[in-house]
Amino acid sequence: MISPTTVLFILLLLTGTAYYIGLRRSVAVAGGLEHVRKLHSRPPYYGAMTALWCGIPALVIFAFWQTFEADIITNLVVAGLPNEIRNLPADQINLIVNDIRNLAAGNIVSSQATQVIQEATSHYSRLQQTSHTALAVVAGCVCILVLVIVQHKISKTTRARNQVERIIFWLLVSCSIIAIFTTIGIVLSVLYEAIRFFKAVPVAEFLFGLKWSPQIAIRSDQVGASGAFGAVPVFTGTLLISAIAMAVATPIGLMSAIYMSEYANKTFRAVAKPLMEILAGIPTVVYGFFAALVVAPVIRDAGQWIGLDVSSESALAAGLVMGIMIIPFVSSLSDDMINAVPQGLRDGAYALGATKSETIKQVVLPAALPGIVGSILLAISRAIGETMIVVMAAGLTANLTLNPLKTVTTVTVQIVTLLVGDQEFDSPKTLAAFALGLLLFLVTLCLNIIALVVVRKYREQYE
Amino acid sequence: MSSQLSNMSDNGIKPIDIVKKNLAGRRWAEQRFRRMGLAAILASLFFLALLFFSIIGNGYSALLQTYLKIDVFFDPGKIAKNDPGNGDYPGIVKVSLQKMFPDVTGRRDKRQLYKLISSGAGFQLRKMVLADPTLIGHQQSIWVPADDDVDMLMKGHLSRQEDTQSGRFNRQQLQWLDRLEAEKRIKKKFNTIFFTSGDSREPELAGVLGAVAGSFFTLLVTLLLSFPIGVASAVYLEEFAPKNRWTDLIEVNINNLAAVPSIVFGLLGLAVFLNFFGLPRSAPLVGGLVLTLMTLPTIIIAGRAAIQAVPPSIRDAALGVGASKMQTIMHHVLPLAMPGMLTGAIIGMARALGETAPLLMIGMVAFIVDIPGGFTDPATVLPVQVYLWADSPERAFVERTSAATLVLLVFLFAMNGLAVYLRKRFERRW
Repeated sequence: MISPTTVLFILLLLTGTAYYIGLRRSVAVAGGLEHVRKLHSRPPYYGAMTALWCGIPALVIFAFWQTFEADIITNLVVAGLPNEIRNLPADQINLIVNDIRNLAAGNIVSSQATQVIQEATSHYSRLQQTSHTALAVVAGCVCILVLVIVQHKISKTTRARNQVERIIFWLLVSCSIIAIFTTIGIVLSVLYEAIRFFKAVPVAEFLFGLKWSPQIAIRSDQVGASGAFGAVPVFTGTLLISAIAMAVATPIGLMSAIYMSEYANKTFRAVAKPLMEILAGIPTVVYGFFAALVVAPVIRDAGQWIGLDVSSESALAAGLVMGIMIIPFVSSLSDDMINAVPQGLRDGAYALGATKSETIKQVVLPAALPGIVGSILLAISRAIGETMIVVMAAGLTANLTLNPLKTVTTVTVQIVTLLVGDQEFDSPKTLAAFALGLLLFLVTLCLNIIALVVVRKYREQYE
Repeated sequence: MSSQLSNMSDNGIKPIDIVKKNLAGRRWAEQRFRRMGLAAILASLFFLALLFFSIIGNGYSALLQTYLKIDVFFDPGKIAKNDPGNGDYPGIVKVSLQKMFPDVTGRRDKRQLYKLISSGAGFQLRKMVLADPTLIGHQQSIWVPADDDVDMLMKGHLSRQEDTQSGRFNRQQLQWLDRLEAEKRIKKKFNTIFFTSGDSREPELAGVLGAVAGSFFTLLVTLLLSFPIGVASAVYLEEFAPKNRWTDLIEVNINNLAAVPSIVFGLLGLAVFLNFFGLPRSAPLVGGLVLTLMTLPTIIIAGRAAIQAVPPSIRDAALGVGASKMQTIMHHVLPLAMPGMLTGAIIGMARALGETAPLLMIGMVAFIVDIPGGFTDPATVLPVQVYLWADSPERAFVERTSAATLVLLVFLFAMNGLAVYLRKRFERRW
C-alpha cells in the first residue's frame, strides 16, 4: 500500500538526489574541484538549480493529484453502484459514499455494511491504490526526466545562480500574494453564501426586521415553521455589549496610558507594563470562563441584593469582562500616541505655568486626539468581533432591549450557534451565519480602515 | 497689556494674587488627576489578580484525585481464558465492593454503593490484567479512582448537609464513605489521569492529553506553513517590492487582515477548506491552515520590523564585495534579522494557541476520546477543551476546566518567556 505520504517522501528524496547529481555534474564539467572557478556559478547553485527544476513540477503534480483524486474516484465508484442506489436523492448517495470512505479507511460506520457497499468499498480501495501508484509513477518519471535533461544541459556557461535567484524571487512574490488571496477568499466565500441566503430572505427584512428566531421547525405545521431572520435584535445586542465594554475600557485604558507615559517612574513602568501586557495575552476563552464562573454570579447576586432582577447571562457581565480584555489594547495604542506628541509642546505649556495635569488635558490630549480616536475605533472593532467571551457569558435569545441586566445575543454568538453542530448546508439557518459574517467583516473592515487612516495621518503631522 | 496690568495693580489685585488664589485648587486637581491615573492602572492589575486568583483557586485541587482502596479478586470465571482483554471487569469491581460491605443487600442500596467508584475502575483492572495475566485468580488491594461526586465531597467543594438534601448523596453513602475513611481506604493522590488521558464524559476520567496533542499538531502545521511564508513575504515587501500601487494594496491588505475578527477566518475555513476542497472536519490539518492565515499578518509585520532593523551598511558592504542582491539577503540580512523574526513567530504561535472561535467553525468541538496521532485524525485543542468543559454541568468539571486553563496558561507563559529570552539574548543595537 503506497500512501500519499510515501509518495511525497519519495519525491523529496528524488529532489535531494537531484541536488547532489547537479552538484557533481557541475564539478565534473569544470574538470575537477580545483577548476570550479571556470564555472559561471559556484557548484551548489548548480545543485540547487537541478533540485528546483526537478522538485517543483513534481510537487505541483502531486498537489493537483491530491486535490482532484478524491472527486474522480468518488464519481467512478458512484457510477459503478447498482442503479437503484444511483437513483436515490443526492444527500442519500452522499451518506453512502461517506460510509464507503469510512469503511475503506477502516473506521466504524453508521449503518450495517451490505454486500453492495462491501463491493463498492473494495472498488474504492482498488481505485485509490491504483491512483496512488499512478501518482508515484507519473511524478517520479517527471522528476527523473527533468533531472536527465537538466544535468545534460549543465555547462561551464550555464547561469545557475541567476536561474536559482529568479525562482526564489518568484517564490517570494507568490508568498506575499497569499495575503491578498486570503482577503479575496474571505470576501468570495462569505459573499457567495450570503447571496444564497438573501435569495431566501430579502435584504431589507434581514437588516430591518425586529424578530430573530433562526430555528426552523422540521414539519411545516409546527410553531415557528418559517423562522424569522430580522437581525435588528442581534445588532442591538452586539452594540449594547460593545458599548458596555468600551465604557469600561476607554476611561481605564486612557487613564492608564496617561499615567504610564506622563507620571510613572521607570521602576513602576518596568513592573506595570509587562503585567498589563499579560492581560492582553490571555486567551479569550479564559476570559469567557472567568465571566461565566465569577463575574456573572457576582452581578446576579449583587442585583438580587438590591432587589433587581438580573439575568444570569446578563449583557453587563459579558460587557464588563470584554472591557477588561480591551483595556490593554486601548492603553498600549494610546500610550504610543501620547508618546508621539513632541516634548516641545509640553515644555511650552510648562513655561506658561500650567500644571502637569493641565498640560495633559489642554495640550497633550488634544494633540494626540486623532490617534486616540483611531485606537478607540480599533478597540470597538475588536469588541464587535470578539467571540468567545460572549459565547460563554451572553445568551442565545435575541431580545430587543437596551437593558444591560437582561440577556441579549450578539452577531458572533449567532454565527457560532448556527454553525456548530449538525448542519445542512442549504437551509437559510446555516446560510444566515454567513450573512451575519459578511456584515461583521464589512463593519470591522470599515472601522479598521478609518482607524488606520486617522492614525497614519496623525503620525505624519509630527514627523 | 502692560497698561491693563498696571490698572489691575491700581485696583489692588495683582495677577500673582489671582494665580495664588487658584493655586490650591489647581494643585488639588493635579493630585486628583494623578490618583485617577494610578487607580486606573491598579484597577486593571486588580482584574488580572482576580482572574488568576479565581482560576488557580478553582483549579489547583484538580492536581489531586480521590482514590478508594478496594480488595479485588481477579475471578478466573469472569475473564475469558485465552483472551484476558475480554472479561466482566465492572462485575469484578462490583463483587469486590459487595464483599467489603456484606450488609448491603437491597438492589437500590447496591446501586448506590457502586456509585461511589468511578466507572473507569473496570478499565483499570483490565489494563492491569493485560499487562500481567498472572494476576488472574489472585487477590490484590488496588487504589481505584473515586466517582467525581465523592471526589468533590472529599475536596470540600460539596457540602454534606446541602447535597444530602438535594439528593446528590444519601445518608447511607456518607456512612460508607466514613467507614472507608476510618479504614484508611480513602486517599488523595496526584491526578495522573488528568495528564495522561483524553476527554471523557466522566470528570474523574477526563484528561487534557488529547487536547494537548491536538494543539501540538495544529500548531505544528501553523508553524511549518506560516513561518516560511511569513518570512518570504516580509523579505519580498522589504527588499524587493517596488513602491507602487500593487505593493500598497498588499500592505493595506496585511494590516487589515491583522484586525479581521478571528471568527471570520473560521467562516473562510468552513467554506473553502471543508466545503470546497473537501478536507476532513475536526482535523488539525485544517485547524492549522486556518490559524496560518490568521497568524501570517502578525509574522509578516514582525518580520518586516526585524529586516528594517538591519542597518543598510551591512547590505552595502555585501554588495560592495560583489554579492548579488539575493546573496546579500540570504547570507547577511536574514541571519541578522532571524532572532527578531523568531520572536515574532513565537508570539504569533502563542496567539494561535489561545485561539478558539475559528476552530469551532471547522468542527474541532467534537467530543473526542482518542488521543490524536496525526494531522488528519479528529482532534480538539486546549482552548476548545476549556470551552467544552466549561459547558458541562458537573461540579467536578469546574475544577477540571480551571486546571485545563492553567495548563493552557503555562504553555502560553513558556512561549512568551522564550520570546522575551530570545529578544534579550540576541537583541543587537547597531
